[in-house]
Amino acid sequence: MVDIRSGTGEPIGPAEVEDVELYHPHSWWTRYVFSQDAKIIAIQYASTAIAIGMVALVLSWLMRLQLGFPGAFAFIDADRYYQFITMHGMIMVIYLLTALFLGGFGNYLIPLMLGARDMVFPYANMLSYWLYLLAVLVLVASFFAPGGPTGAGWTLYPPQAVLSGTPGGKDWGIILMLSSLILFIIGFTMGGLNYVVTVLQGRARGMTLMRMPLTVWGIFTATVMALLAFPALFVACVMMLFDRVLGTSFFMPAIVEMGEQLQHGGGSPILFQHLFWFFGHPEVYIVALPAFGIVSDLISTHARKNIFGYRMMVWAIVIIGALSFIVWAHHMYVSGMNPYFGFFFATTTLIIAVPTAIKVYNWVLTLWRGDIHLTLPMLFALAFIVTFVNGGLTGLFLGNVVVDVPLSDTMFVVAHFHMVMGVAPILVIFGAIYHWYPKITGRMLNGLMGHLHFWVTFIGAYLIFFPMHYLGLIGVPRRYYEMGETAFVPASAHTLNEFITIMVLVVGAAQIIFLFNLVWSIRHGREAGGNPWRATTLEWQTPETPPRHGNWGKELPVVYRWAYDYSVPGAPEDFIPQNQPGSAGLAPEGAS
Amino acid sequence: MAVVVILVLLAVGSVLFHLLSPWWWTPIASNWNYIDNTLIITFWITGVVFVAVVLFMAYCVLRFRHRPGNRAAYEPENRKLEGWLAGGTTLGVAAMLTPGLFVWHQFVTVPSGAAEVEVVGQQWLWSFRLPGADGKLGTSETRDVTPENSLGLNRNDAAALDDVIIEGGELHLEVGKPVKILLRSVDVLHDFYVPEFRAKMDMVPGMVTYFWLTPTRTGTFEVLCAELCGTGHPQMRGTVVVDNAADYQTWLSSQQTFSQMMAATETKQTAQAENAAAAQ
Repeated sequence: MVDIRSGTGEPIGPAEVEDVELYHPHSWWTRYVFSQDAKIIAIQYASTAIAIGMVALVLSWLMRLQLGFPGAFAFIDADRYYQFITMHGMIMVIYLLTALFLGGFGNYLIPLMLGARDMVFPYANMLSYWLYLLAVLVLVASFFAPGGPTGAGWTLYPPQAVLSGTPGGKDWGIILMLSSLILFIIGFTMGGLNYVVTVLQGRARGMTLMRMPLTVWGIFTATVMALLAFPALFVACVMMLFDRVLGTSFFMPAIVEMGEQLQHGGGSPILFQHLFWFFGHPEVYIVALPAFGIVSDLISTHARKNIFGYRMMVWAIVIIGALSFIVWAHHMYVSGMNPYFGFFFATTTLIIAVPTAIKVYNWVLTLWRGDIHLTLPMLFALAFIVTFVNGGLTGLFLGNVVVDVPLSDTMFVVAHFHMVMGVAPILVIFGAIYHWYPKITGRMLNGLMGHLHFWVTFIGAYLIFFPMHYLGLIGVPRRYYEMGETAFVPASAHTLNEFITIMVLVVGAAQIIFLFNLVWSIRHGREAGGNPWRATTLEWQTPETPPRHGNWGKELPVVYRWAYDYSVPGAPEDFIPQNQPGSAGLAPEGAS
Repeated sequence: MAVVVILVLLAVGSVLFHLLSPWWWTPIASNWNYIDNTLIITFWITGVVFVAVVLFMAYCVLRFRHRPGNRAAYEPENRKLEGWLAGGTTLGVAAMLTPGLFVWHQFVTVPSGAAEVEVVGQQWLWSFRLPGADGKLGTSETRDVTPENSLGLNRNDAAALDDVIIEGGELHLEVGKPVKILLRSVDVLHDFYVPEFRAKMDMVPGMVTYFWLTPTRTGTFEVLCAELCGTGHPQMRGTVVVDNAADYQTWLSSQQTFSQMMAATETKQTAQAENAAAAQ
């Protein structure tokens, strides 16, 4: 059995690695705009993602205003409502969560945590960001195009996505949406290849795979998955674009639209759904695995205790990643596909609950007998566990084919996926920003604003989505512009909808405090120093804070131990950085 | 301390909400109470896990929160504990999956004596078709859809001529009789959804999908569309009436067949043509 905790005693000499191969910027433009520094690219990715995320937040306000107070706002007609929900969903899943976790945290943390100077292909990394920005601009353009953005729902199911009964179906909306996704995927592939190759080839000496922080494991596995899953979405987009623009029939059977026979024939709408979910389910874990990794490191650092069961955690990440490619059709139990698929996909889906549950156990067991500092990152991590467990457990309802039948396409589904892949990962994003902001800017975020932001966001989000499950249990369908008079929906359900809408406005407003804090603390935050959390991982051991281009001084760090040497018995401090020589359990002087 | 209080409130509050809130499913009207039972089992198992995890966290925060001089324990792994937890989880998952798959087997196995009823969706209207005296539904094609023949039935198929057609009206079903609902769409995806039946299924243009049920009580139920089908999606409503045998027969005998419908249209067209000729 390999001891992952500390070095074998073999002395590893310091490595002097020239950084001449890096392109050092010569002007303001190449330093801050067309930068090839992964840290700048990370900030560009994150800022763009947060900016477009704010659009999604406003859209969620608008759609909730309609659901809570139907008809009170004349400008929210049915067309606009469907455009709002579609763009909200697509922005949150792709342009915010995927871009922020991989493009943002991936770029910032992979080279620093692994002791590399930068990504291995800095130029492709830069292109990745600019293609992402272009994809976002094309997406935004659809708001201003004739007919507005597509209102097909974020799943973009044909045939309705390309027909006239759907907003943007016969206008520019769907064309711009598909084009934007295609651009996003090309851009992501450039970045993604970079992350994978950097993890495999760019690690500092001594940084074995089994010594990598779980953050890197999460981002790495998610990136591999994204590289395999996004091509399915890519072909689906290209084919649908052909159906819409050239009149082909990949997804279009014979159709009579509003009394008129269309020229299509022979295509399969279900084929699109298979392609979409072959991407779409791994996508859930593409968002979740980086969150799993990051939250592991937040809990370990702020509980001053090694992550419990590190090897099990790594294998759980890898197994979840692999299994997530054979569960996609659990989104399609009532799609009309061969019903016998249900047996297979329900079984694989429920099996995936086991490694996921192990991760949850290991997080809470890390708290057990820890020295828990209730810092903001720790608070967000605790809130993540609550919401993730809640959302994960309702996944067992929807994954278990027969239980899904009554709940499918109801508000129960909306509540479930928001809790598990909306609220939970976003809480991790917040925790991660509070955790790494001192490294990125050299200053701490303001604690008072932080606590206000945390409590309103956590409790508010739980109050929004927990009761929402019960609307679905009543039978309220999702994607309804208005429920109208429906016998089985009691009047009290409407009161609940009003309550949810008010909470959405409040939680949304709390995010403005957070944004203000981000900007305010750049100048006014408390000086952080190089390692304010007394953490072990390499990004906290850089010679300068914020780290300069090239990250390290003349010498690259050498790694002697795993990332979790917290509270080692006998050590003078309650943490031992990864680049500190000596075996575990002993002060460096006493080693050898 | 605030964290501990909030975590406990959250766990206890969620359980109380589940037990005390007025929001629960509508009374069932089909044989799929097996689905409801599986759902209840799932609620219990997941509820226990949720409360246990959150309360355990609350205890950890209370007991192990930082105090000056504290130091965390150093325990990288505990194979035995990890094994027990993984084993227990597997058992819990099996306890939900087993009844789930058992009921799914029933769901996909249509009883041999089930009557057939066809539901056709189009933006944004429900139509229904029942087999006529021959007990067989005739063939149909989206290509054959015309304003007069909105379901696209094959006029050359004898089995189609006596089919009963209900355009935009109510569907009646007989209580206690298993029925296989065949689903078809002529334009986009729809989903035939009656909350009281629990079962639902998408309707996909270009293919025929199905599910089955046995209505267990008489009454009038609302049909909703559960798959986004364009701007009119929430307005796509219909009605299903579950009758006793006598009422069902009375209703059935008053419906028109495909050939009657064709004849009526032809008469109307002939009359229109004659009127036009007369006007000239």
